[in-house]
Amino acid sequence: MGDNLREFRHKDLLGIGQLSVEDIELILETASSFKEISTRDIKKVPTLRGKTIVNFFYEPSTRTRTSFEVAAKRLSADTVSLSASGSSIEKGETLVDTAKNLQAMNPDLIVIRHSSSGAPHLIARHVEAGVINAGDGTNEHPTQALLDLYTIWEKKGRIRGLEVAIVGDIEHSRVARSDILALKKMGANVTVSGPPTMVPRVMEELGVKLVLDPKKAILEKDVVIVLRIQLERQGRRLIPSLREYARVFGISQEDLKKAKPDVILMHPGPINRGVELSPEVADSQFSVILEQVINGVAIRMAILYLLMGGAR
Amino acid sequence: MLFIKNGEVVDTKEGIMRHCDVFISEGVIKAMAPWGEMEVPEGAKVLDAKGKIVAPGLLDMHVHLREPGEEYKETIESGCKAAVAGGFVAVLSMPNTRPVNDNASVTQYIIKRANEVGLAQVYPVGAITVGQKGEVLSEFGDLRAAGAVAVSDDGKCVMDSGLMRRAMEYASFFGLRVISHCEDTNLSEGGQMHEGVVSAHIGLKGIPAEAEEIMVFREIALSKLTGVPIHIAHVSTKGSVELIRWAKSKDILVTAETAPHYFTLDHNELSGYNTLAKVNPPLRTPQDVAAIIEGLSDGTIDAIATDHAPHSVLEKEVEFDKASPGMVGLELAVPLALTLVRNGALSMPEAIRKMSLNPCRILGIEGGAIEVNKKADICIIDPTVEWEVTQEELYSKGKNTPFLGRVLKGRNMVTIIGGEVVFARP
Repeated sequence: MGDNLREFRHKDLLGIGQLSVEDIELILETASSFKEISTRDIKKVPTLRGKTIVNFFYEPSTRTRTSFEVAAKRLSADTVSLSASGSSIEKGETLVDTAKNLQAMNPDLIVIRHSSSGAPHLIARHVEAGVINAGDGTNEHPTQALLDLYTIWEKKGRIRGLEVAIVGDIEHSRVARSDILALKKMGANVTVSGPPTMVPRVMEELGVKLVLDPKKAILEKDVVIVLRIQLERQGRRLIPSLREYARVFGISQEDLKKAKPDVILMHPGPINRGVELSPEVADSQFSVILEQVINGVAIRMAILYLLMGGAR
Repeated sequence: MLFIKNGEVVDTKEGIMRHCDVFISEGVIKAMAPWGEMEVPEGAKVLDAKGKIVAPGLLDMHVHLREPGEEYKETIESGCKAAVAGGFVAVLSMPNTRPVNDNASVTQYIIKRANEVGLAQVYPVGAITVGQKGEVLSEFGDLRAAGAVAVSDDGKCVMDSGLMRRAMEYASFFGLRVISHCEDTNLSEGGQMHEGVVSAHIGLKGIPAEAEEIMVFREIALSKLTGVPIHIAHVSTKGSVELIRWAKSKDILVTAETAPHYFTLDHNELSGYNTLAKVNPPLRTPQDVAAIIEGLSDGTIDAIATDHAPHSVLEKEVEFDKASPGMVGLELAVPLALTLVRNGALSMPEAIRKMSLNPCRILGIEGGAIEVNKKADICIIDPTVEWEVTQEELYSKGKNTPFLGRVLKGRNMVTIIGGEVVFARP
């Protein structure tokens, strides 16, 4: 698998920032060779037999959690799934104590989703197992960014030099933050767009261009990534109504025709039809939203494999 | 009887250093004379302060002693031990205890406990409003009679400007200084750190500098309106320094303090979600740090106060957004302030004055200078000793400081209160 000279020297995957360009290329290439497994009749290889992976989701998640679980099972790892409700978290145990207890069961990897930014970093400081950030608060969602990169790379054949627009609640989106860091690292140009309450000026600090009107932001773009919109964030309304958001900031089929002819439309899911996307556009020829889900399994297989030592 | 010889004595009133020996008897400074000119009186214990700084005992006008109510974080005893270890002979204790110090009985309890401990003098600060809720004024007359020297809703900002005006007017009648924690809490709500390049990168909700500056300007405006002095706590931003500088140029009665972390650290400390660097107001940008140092240097910022805020692992070894803000400071203030002397921002007398004479004057408290016939409150500082900050080195119960593991230069060695050596570093 891959090139023995290119080692993946990480215990954890906490964020895109820790990865080099070479690391990301290795992940994408590894995912490419794993993707085929999911198309076989017998969708299982013995690569991680005897390894234990804990999926610890403090926040509700369908897609990411299932994707990690499928990825682990296709590599023959044993998986244990925990959620906050019904666990000792409800009994008042601190995150650090929970982490230490999990460590005592000697898992090889802990996959964590948590509502607090930095929670996976805290756990990683207290366990020997590798930690994978499956989304922390408003910080990062690195595996989503990697599957987005993979999807773009597969569709466009390259990432460097592409024009990408990300539309939605940029400030509070961990997908946006990871996508921005990953796309910029790989040489794409990123424009972010949305109402100023969701795209405050401070976002320029991430090295992106701000074009607040999505209809302008997507002009001549190779890739348009649209984010799920929530009416409230941390108890505050950032927009007056979803209806007005849809009217002013929603993306329609007509809008996409003003991007490049071969534009691809991406969305991390779950989509709000009729809010950030007009009802028909998710099923249009531009959309690669379901392919993102397929690629998510391959990317997560690659990450599990590489963090466990890969070809070493 | 004590005889301190060969020390470099800080004259905070004249702003100079003197090569003087100091003779102390019956709790007061009896005589000072140039090195070697005075005989050591018979029976006097000699302290050789060669190479050391002999300074007036320091006053920290911003300390959280946590007692009553949160004794697992700090007690009046442990906090006063930390104070004298750090060179402080007196501290102001902020009112956010449990219960809140908004009435005479809590004030009396704090003073009684401090007297039993018998180390640093503790000056209680009463709450501006009952329960620090920002609704109803506390009984300032009772608080003053019980021994409070100032009022503040520290940690909380009095958001109602009409109420703050009345607080200033009413406090002035009793000679209580009003200390303001400046934070527009509608603007800062949910914020975890300074809003800027680091918060954008690590996905923590930001607290803009303007949340502080809006309220700094409000306090200046209210002082102008009422003619009542106002003291601004823990200044952290460039804009606040500029506003205070402007107000002083207009002879508005504003004074200000900053804390050592605001002239030493910036928001890059947070990049690994280090909860030990979480503090309110938050660590700002390198440009703010430079402006704070400039404000100290030109006198815009009158005082250095630590905002000593002890916490246990329960508050700090948790998710970042669940962690309590604050760091301990009593035992680190001297070395960090000496950094400003070494890099030329402040002279030694200026640095010492900001932790002694200036806060005394702001509060109308005796002290802050080494003078014949005055109470012998003195600290002796070694300006060159290097030491590593470790949990074991700190007398405070709180070990929460981002300076853990760092080597600092300079340290208080001896603290004398009323002629008695209450602390001597082993």
